Amino acid sequence: MPTMSAKNLQLDENGKLQHFLSIEGLDQQIITEILDTAESFTSVADRVIKKVPILRGKTVANLFFEPSTRTRSTFELAEQRLSADILSLNVDTSATTKGESLLDTIHNLEAMQIDMFVIRHKDSGSAHFFAQHVRPGVSVLNAGDGQHEHPTQAMLDLYTIRHHKQDFTRLKIAIVGDIMHSRVARSQIHALNLLNTAEVRVIAPKTLLPVDTESLGVQLFDDLERGLQDVDVVIMLRLQKERMSGALLPSEKEYFNQFGLTQERLDRASPDAIVMHPGPANRGVEIESSVMDGNQSVILQQVGFGISVRMAIMSMIVGRSGLQANE
Amino acid sequence: MHGIYVALPSVEILIEKLTQALKPYFPSNLPPAEQPVIIGIETGGYWVAKAIHQAIAPETDLGRLNITFYRDDFTKIGLHPTVKPSSLPTDIDGKTVILIDDVLYSGRTIRAAMNEIFDYGRPQRVVLVILIDRGEREIPIQADIVAETIQLEPGNHIKLDGPQPLKLTIKSNADNVS
Repeated sequence: MPTMSAKNLQLDENGKLQHFLSIEGLDQQIITEILDTAESFTSVADRVIKKVPILRGKTVANLFFEPSTRTRSTFELAEQRLSADILSLNVDTSATTKGESLLDTIHNLEAMQIDMFVIRHKDSGSAHFFAQHVRPGVSVLNAGDGQHEHPTQAMLDLYTIRHHKQDFTRLKIAIVGDIMHSRVARSQIHALNLLNTAEVRVIAPKTLLPVDTESLGVQLFDDLERGLQDVDVVIMLRLQKERMSGALLPSEKEYFNQFGLTQERLDRASPDAIVMHPGPANRGVEIESSVMDGNQSVILQQVGFGISVRMAIMSMIVGRSGLQANE
Repeated sequence: MHGIYVALPSVEILIEKLTQALKPYFPSNLPPAEQPVIIGIETGGYWVAKAIHQAIAPETDLGRLNITFYRDDFTKIGLHPTVKPSSLPTDIDGKTVILIDDVLYSGRTIRAAMNEIFDYGRPQRVVLVILIDRGEREIPIQADIVAETIQLEPGNHIKLDGPQPLKLTIKSNADNVS
């Protein structure tokens, strides 16, 4: 899995973002800049004309080799609100199912003068692979690669947390559920560490914890009720049934009995704790319906923030050659 | 060595001049809903607009415009996340907008500002108010009200420092200022 090379790949020679592939390899300054920039984009949604001309004349291709609703539609909206021309490739009808290699797909799309690629793929490291092979000046954004990272989701989660709780150095944050299959969790943990979060807890059945979790500097719990004690933020993850092979879980009902978020369990957290979920949620499996719709849930707010955060990242990439303006 | 101006005009006096010129736009019998909306361009124009807004004290709040997203040189200069985002206080549809900036030079800032304003609505009229017009336009844009017109030596720039106190300074490119 890419580490150091990812860092070099994401930043140009001036340390500005040229691709957005993983949280790992970024520093606190860039993360904070993304969050600040996203804040100025939230007001665009309140205008009569919800558009700014930053990506005018640029073409963005959205390549989703795996299904997605929220990520894909918020990426598309973000691109459109930045005035980009967009091309969204439906994987079922694309040539890859006819045997074309990923590299051939890249080169064919490049021939169409694409300026930016947004890619989701089932293979870990696929966004890096893409970024290594595009022409100079063309940018790649990772919209989820296998079980590796989903960095824009982590950024919108950070944005949501900062919106409600401000200072990360005082927060206890719990990530609950299927950590093993979650690229979101991996990105979140890196990002929370970069912002010096006081305490990051990971709560999951032992069978759904990857072996390297402890090296990420988090506290592990296999008991939901103990893990939720006094936390300020609860991030629920989706049980990724489609990625499971073998008997990792007894049954969904059993999982809910032990790890499903109910109001009673949530009451162990801090009284003003917020509940987050990257979606899509399995009601009654990892989260009780009433909690999902309850007043501590900020799940729908996350979706809206996802547009501003993605606008911020794309505009930082386009504006990266920026020197200070001379009036 | 900084050219022909020994003493730059006092910003206070220039703002007073603009305030007097704008008073006829705010007759006392005008209902609040029909009053013009004052909008300042970040950052210097907003400072000037704030002072004028305080002096005139209209019913409508002051608007703030951050035109970064609309600049035609955006890909060259990038974003400044430290500048506050635009916020327009009221619906500007059908209103008179008093648009205020500190220095009018190439005209590109005003073009960007007008593009942004029209994304918020369709004002009935836009009045451009400028503290210092230094000429040398690159596109055909002229102000309606100007406090002072000056000429600079080639390579020099005029800048409003602030917010407390507001002060004009002339800098040359050789000073290597941003």
